[in-house]
Amino acid sequence: MTPQDTATGVLQNAAAEPARGAVARFLDSWPPTVLAALAWIGGMVFVALFADSLAPYPYTALDLRARLSPPVFIGGDWRHILGSDELGRDVLSRLIVSIRMSVLIAFGATVISAVLGTSLGLLAAHFRGRIEQVVLALVDFQASMPFLIIALSVLAFFGNALPLFIALMGFHGWERYARIARGLTIAANEQGYANAVRQLGAGAARIYGLHVLPNIASTLIVTMTLTFPEIILLESGLSFLGLGVQPPMTSLGNMVGYGREYITRAPWIMLSPATAIVLTTLSISLVGDWLRDRLDPTLR
Amino acid sequence: MLRYLLSRLLRAALTIVAVVTFAFVVLRLSGDPALLIMSVDAPPEAIEAFRAAWGLDRPLWEQYIRYFLQVAQGNLGQSMRDGRPALTVVLERVPETLALTLPAFATKLLIGIPAGVYAALNRNRLADRLTMVLSVAGFTVPSFVLALLLVLIFAVNLGWLPSGGAESWRHAILPVITLGLSGAAILARFTRSAMLEVLGQPYIRAASAKGLPWRRVITDHALPNAAIPTVTIIGFMVGSLVAGAVVVESVFSWPGVGRLLVVAVANRDLAIVQTILLLVAFTMVCANLVVDMLYGWIDPRLRTARTQGA
Amino acid sequence: MNALLVARDLVRHYPVRTGLFRRPLRLRAVDGVSFVLPPARTLALVGESGCGKTTTAKLVLGLIPATSGEVTFAGEPLPAPHTSAWRAARRRMQMIYQDPLGALDRRLTVLSQVMEPLAIHGIGTKPERRERALALLDAVGLQPHLADRYPHELSGGQRQRVVLARALILEPALIVADEPVSALDVSIQAQVLNLFEDLQARFGVAYLFISHDLKVVRQVAHEVAVMYLGRIVEQGPPEALFRDPAHPYTRALVSAIPVVRRRAGRERIVLQGDPPNPIALPSGCAFHPRCPVAVATCRHETPALKPWHDGRLVACHVAHGEAALPQAA
Repeated sequence: MTPQDTATGVLQNAAAEPARGAVARFLDSWPPTVLAALAWIGGMVFVALFADSLAPYPYTALDLRARLSPPVFIGGDWRHILGSDELGRDVLSRLIVSIRMSVLIAFGATVISAVLGTSLGLLAAHFRGRIEQVVLALVDFQASMPFLIIALSVLAFFGNALPLFIALMGFHGWERYARIARGLTIAANEQGYANAVRQLGAGAARIYGLHVLPNIASTLIVTMTLTFPEIILLESGLSFLGLGVQPPMTSLGNMVGYGREYITRAPWIMLSPATAIVLTTLSISLVGDWLRDRLDPTLR
Repeated sequence: MLRYLLSRLLRAALTIVAVVTFAFVVLRLSGDPALLIMSVDAPPEAIEAFRAAWGLDRPLWEQYIRYFLQVAQGNLGQSMRDGRPALTVVLERVPETLALTLPAFATKLLIGIPAGVYAALNRNRLADRLTMVLSVAGFTVPSFVLALLLVLIFAVNLGWLPSGGAESWRHAILPVITLGLSGAAILARFTRSAMLEVLGQPYIRAASAKGLPWRRVITDHALPNAAIPTVTIIGFMVGSLVAGAVVVESVFSWPGVGRLLVVAVANRDLAIVQTILLLVAFTMVCANLVVDMLYGWIDPRLRTARTQGA
Repeated sequence: MNALLVARDLVRHYPVRTGLFRRPLRLRAVDGVSFVLPPARTLALVGESGCGKTTTAKLVLGLIPATSGEVTFAGEPLPAPHTSAWRAARRRMQMIYQDPLGALDRRLTVLSQVMEPLAIHGIGTKPERRERALALLDAVGLQPHLADRYPHELSGGQRQRVVLARALILEPALIVADEPVSALDVSIQAQVLNLFEDLQARFGVAYLFISHDLKVVRQVAHEVAVMYLGRIVEQGPPEALFRDPAHPYTRALVSAIPVVRRRAGRERIVLQGDPPNPIALPSGCAFHPRCPVAVATCRHETPALKPWHDGRLVACHVAHGEAALPQAA
C-alpha cells in the first residue's frame, strides 16, 4: 500500500468514528425505553385529540349480527379489528373514545391537583403562622386516609356527575405538591434567592412569579408525572366498579368492567383497555423517573 | 420520647376529629340525614326518634356535638337494605376482610423486603434489573387488571382455582396473591432505594474497613438503618391494603367490608358508607400511631430527649 | 461628623418554650448594643457564633423589630418591615450574605440579576439598566463576557462580586455584609476584601461588616466591635485592638490568630469552660466563667462599656482597674 492509501484509510476511519459516537451519545441521553415511552404517550395524546376522526364506528353503534366476534388476529374479520362486545359494539372504537375520556379526566385532575397543592404550599410558606398550621393539618389529613375511601364516600353522598368526578379526582395527590412547594419556598425565603430579591425591595408578585415558581417548576412537573398515572389507575378502578364514569360514556376502566362478565367467552373485550391502562401508566412512570434523574442527579 | 408520643397522640386525635367532622359536613350537605340514614321503610316513630337523637331541629353546633356522641356510642344509623344497625352489619364483615388482608400483608412483607434488599445488594446485576422490572410491573398494573388476569389464567384456562366466592381456603388464594403482589412490588422498590442510600453512607465503608465480614456489615449496620425509613412506609401500606381490598373483594365476590362499601355506594346506602368511612379512619389512625411508636423506638435519635444548644 | 447609622441600646429577646407547663425562658440574642457608623466608613462586628452579630444586623436593617432600643438611619427611624416604605428604603441600605450561590437565582443570567434592582424600583429604561449593570460588573472586576453566564458557571469569588454589584447598583449608603468572605478560599478572600475597599472609596458606601474572623476584619475595618453573648465588650480601632487587646476575650481571640513566625513572649490563650448559651446567661459579667482573670466583682456586677485610657470602649472590671488585685493568672 502506498502512503497515500494508508493516509486515506486513516482519514476515512476518522470520518466514520464521529458518526457512531454521535448515535451512541444520543442513545445515552435518550435511552430507548424512554423513547418508546414517549412515543406511546404521544400516541395516546394523538388518539385523545382526534378520537372522533380515528374511530371507525360511533362507539355506541350496535352490530347485533357480529356480537362477541374476536379480534382479527384470532380469527375475526377486518370489520372489527379488535373484536366486538356483547352488543356488537366495535371494541377499537370504544377503546379510542375511552382513551380520550380517561386521558382527559386524568389531565384535568392532574392540573387541578397541581394548582391546588402548589397554591396552598406557597400560601403556607409565605404567611407561616396559623395559615401554615392549617395547611399542614389538611396535608396530614389527606395523607393519612386512603384516598379511595374518601372518594367513595363523596361519590356516595353527592353522586358522580362528570364535572364533580373530575373535581374529586383533582383532590388526589395535592398534598405532595403542597409539601414540595412549601419546603422549597421556605428554603428560598429564608436564606436563598427569594430572600435576596425581597431585600432588594421586590414585592410578592415578582418574588413568587418571576423567581420562586420557575425554580420549583421542574420538581413539580416530576411530581405531576407521578400523580398522573395514579389518577388514571384511580379513575379506572372506580369506573371498573361501576361508580366512576357512567354509561353511555365510556372509559378504560368502564370497558374492563364490562369485559369482566365475558372473560371466559370473549377476553379481548377486557384485554385491550387493560393493556392500554398498563402501557400508559408504565410509559408515564418511565418518563417521570428519567426526568427526575435528568433534572437532579442528586435526587434518587 | 414522651413528648414525641404525646404529640403523636394529639395528632391522631385531631385526625379522628377531622374525619368525623368531614363525615358530618358531607352528610348534612347531601340532604336530610334522617331520610338518608334510616332505611326507606322505617316506621315514622323510628325516624322521629332518630331526629331527636341527632337533634336535627337544633342549632348546627349542637347537632355537631350530638353527632360526635352518636358516633362514639356506635349509633350510626341503619342499613337501607335490611334495616339492621349499620355498625353491626359492617363489623360482621370485618373478619372476612381480615382473612384476606392479613395474609396479604404478610405476603407483601415476606416478598417485598427480601426482594428489595437482594436487589440493592446485587446492584445493576441481573437479579436487580429483573426485580426492578417486576416491581415496576406491580406498580403500573392496577389490582383489578391483575386480578382478572390471574382469574383468566388460573381459573378459566387452567381451572386450578375457583374464581369467586369464599367457600373454602382455596378461594382465598387468588385474592391474597393479588393484594399481596402489587403491594410487594412497591415495597421492594422502596426497600431497595432505602438500602442503596444506606449502603452509600460513609459509616458502611468504615465498618467494612474495620475488617467486619460483609455479611456482618449488612446485618449489623445496613439493615437496621434501612429499617427506619421502611417502617414509615408500612403505615402507608395499611392504607393501600384497605383500598386494595375494596377492588379485590369486588372482583372475587368476597363478602368482606370492601365489597360491602362498593355495594353501599352504588345503592346510596349512606349509613353503611358513613360507618365504613369512620371505621377505616379509626383503623388508619391506630396503624399510624403504632408505626409512629415503632419509629420512635427504632430510631435512637428520637429515643433520647435533647435540649437545644446555643 | 453626622452619623449615617445610629444604634442606641438595642435589645432583642426571644421567648423560648421549654415545655408545655414551664414558663418560657428568654433568649437574649442582643442585650444592649449601641454604636455609631459614619458615612463611607466600616464598622466590623466580631464574635463567635451565637454572640448576636447576625441579629444585630437584622435589627439595623429593620428586618426584625427590636424588643427595646432604637435605630436611626440618616436621621430617621426605620420603617416597619415589609411595608412599601420599607421597600423604598431598600434603595439606601442593602445586605449581602455568606453564600453567594444561594443568594442568586440559578435560572437567570448574572447580568439580568444585577439589573433587577433597577427594574424593581422602576429606574431607567431597559437599555439604560443594561448599561448601568455592565458598568457595575466592570467596577467589581468582572470581565464583560461573564455577563451572560449563570451563577453556577462562576467561581465563588466571582459570584460574590456579582452579589456586590447587585447590591451597589442602587447606590445605597449602607451595606451590611454578613460573613461575606467566609465561604471563599483565603487567596480569593484577599481580592474580595480589596474590592470592598475600592468600592468604598469609589461609591462612598458605609459597611457594617460582620465576621468571626479577626484577620479579615483587620484589613477593612475602621472600627472593630467585639461582641460576646449579645453585648459589645470592646470597641476601637483595629490596630489598637490587635496590638494591645484590653478585654480578656479579645485577648484570647487575638492570640488565636495564626502567625507565620512565633513571636517571642506570645502565648496562645485557651479559654476554659463551656461555650456560651444565650438562654442561661451567667450573672454579672457574662464572660466570667471562662475568664482567666476573673475576680469576685465580675461574678456580681455587669461591667459597663466605658472609655479606656486610649479612647477605646471596654466593658471589663479588671481592665478598668476596678477590681481588687487579680488572682494569679
